[in-house]
Amino acid sequence: MLIGVLALQGAFREHQEMLSALGVESRQVRKPEQLEGIDGLIIPGGESTTIGKLLQDYNLFEPVRQKALQGMPVFGTCAGLILLAREILGSAQPRLGLMDMVVERNAFGRQVESFEVDLDVPVLGEKPLRAVFIRAPYIVSVGPGVEVLARYGDKIVLARQGRFLACAFHPELTDDTRLHRLFLEQC
Amino acid sequence: MEVAEKGTWTVKKGLAEMLKGGVIMDVTTPEQAKIAEEAGACAVMALERVPADIRAAGGVARMADPTVILRIMDAVTIPVMAKVRIGHFVEAQILEQLGVDYIDESEVLTPADEQHHIDKHKFKVPFVCGARNLGEALRRIAEGAAMIRTKGEPGTGNVVEAVRHMRMMMAEIRRVQNMPREELMALAKEMGAPYELLLQVAEQGRLPVVNFAAGGIATPADAALMMQLGADGIFVGSGIFKSQNPAARARAIVAATTHYNDPQVLAEVSKDLGEAMPGLEIATIAPEQRMQDRGW
Repeated sequence: MLIGVLALQGAFREHQEMLSALGVESRQVRKPEQLEGIDGLIIPGGESTTIGKLLQDYNLFEPVRQKALQGMPVFGTCAGLILLAREILGSAQPRLGLMDMVVERNAFGRQVESFEVDLDVPVLGEKPLRAVFIRAPYIVSVGPGVEVLARYGDKIVLARQGRFLACAFHPELTDDTRLHRLFLEQC
Repeated sequence: MEVAEKGTWTVKKGLAEMLKGGVIMDVTTPEQAKIAEEAGACAVMALERVPADIRAAGGVARMADPTVILRIMDAVTIPVMAKVRIGHFVEAQILEQLGVDYIDESEVLTPADEQHHIDKHKFKVPFVCGARNLGEALRRIAEGAAMIRTKGEPGTGNVVEAVRHMRMMMAEIRRVQNMPREELMALAKEMGAPYELLLQVAEQGRLPVVNFAAGGIATPADAALMMQLGADGIFVGSGIFKSQNPAARARAIVAATTHYNDPQVLAEVSKDLGEAMPGLEIATIAPEQRMQDRGW
């Protein structure tokens, strides 16, 4: 199995380290031809405006969208979640729009409000998941085809739509590999 | 509901991880901040003057007026950083109160303390600090810096000092990695570096936090050079808004930082950018005017 990690900006190295800990090969994706032959794509955390701009400038938007629509599994964390959303509140920034959800950026506040917390994620079992939220977004609402997998308080922070998985926090910054394994089951 | 923990080491260090592979740009107005965001900056540094102007003006350089910082925070959605003087923990308290996302305890401003840096563990807001070598970087990390950058020589448009500092740091990391463990204590003493952190560097082969390049970067090629030398990302101070066409140059430096290993892209983005900022030969700067020697 070969997983692509979008490496335009952000925490792509951490995702690669996590995949390698799981014995899975990965490849950095910066250009369309690097999408060839991958079994899934991770869009890491970073600045969603920066990543969106670079996706546009280097003609990656359509190739990623097309491959995803043809069945390539995609996992977006934080900025990746924003890029996967159909609608971003108050923003016209470029997005892939693959998941039927409305998201809000920087929804918990600025960096001093960033936090970590033990999160209940029933689909991963009883043990809570340590979730690191950094200037994080959350999912305001989802369409009928989207499964809500975790909430923090009343806010949706993990969701799945078919082969697309999105979380508002950073599993790649912890040692817990369960969410990555959940994604790899789709690949 | 579980209790959320704010301002933890993971959260502080984590924001820097998210900035990796990106460009942080110095801005002095909301308009400049928007140009930077539009160009793909992953964060901006809010200042009253860019380093080249601080250098030209002389006198005592201090934290920016909170109004300037707040207006820039209102103008963009990307993280906003701001600078405090070395050792000036009250300026840092003020910036934390304003809600800036990162504080740069910076040699670009006139130091407020000639012996001690800020105890950065006391703050919820994360700090970035400059360093010229591994010992200095590890001292800053021990004080609580969650991100390191080279010092370079700010405001010069001359990358030579940033290269010197990055090469020094990388060479020292390689040396530490290849050293028998019993020699590390003597080296820690020689470098003035905390032993535990030096041990971590030996085991991981890199700094325990993200390491950006800063000080004198003026072109896309400069940015890619620093990335190829091992930087995790780029700070551009005067290099953008002291150049002839800031928007185009900003965009080109962002592309060069992402595609730093791709000469084809680098050649493409280096075209038609207009004049770079005027450069300054380091040898023409009097020793007491060198900003990189500030910090202890």
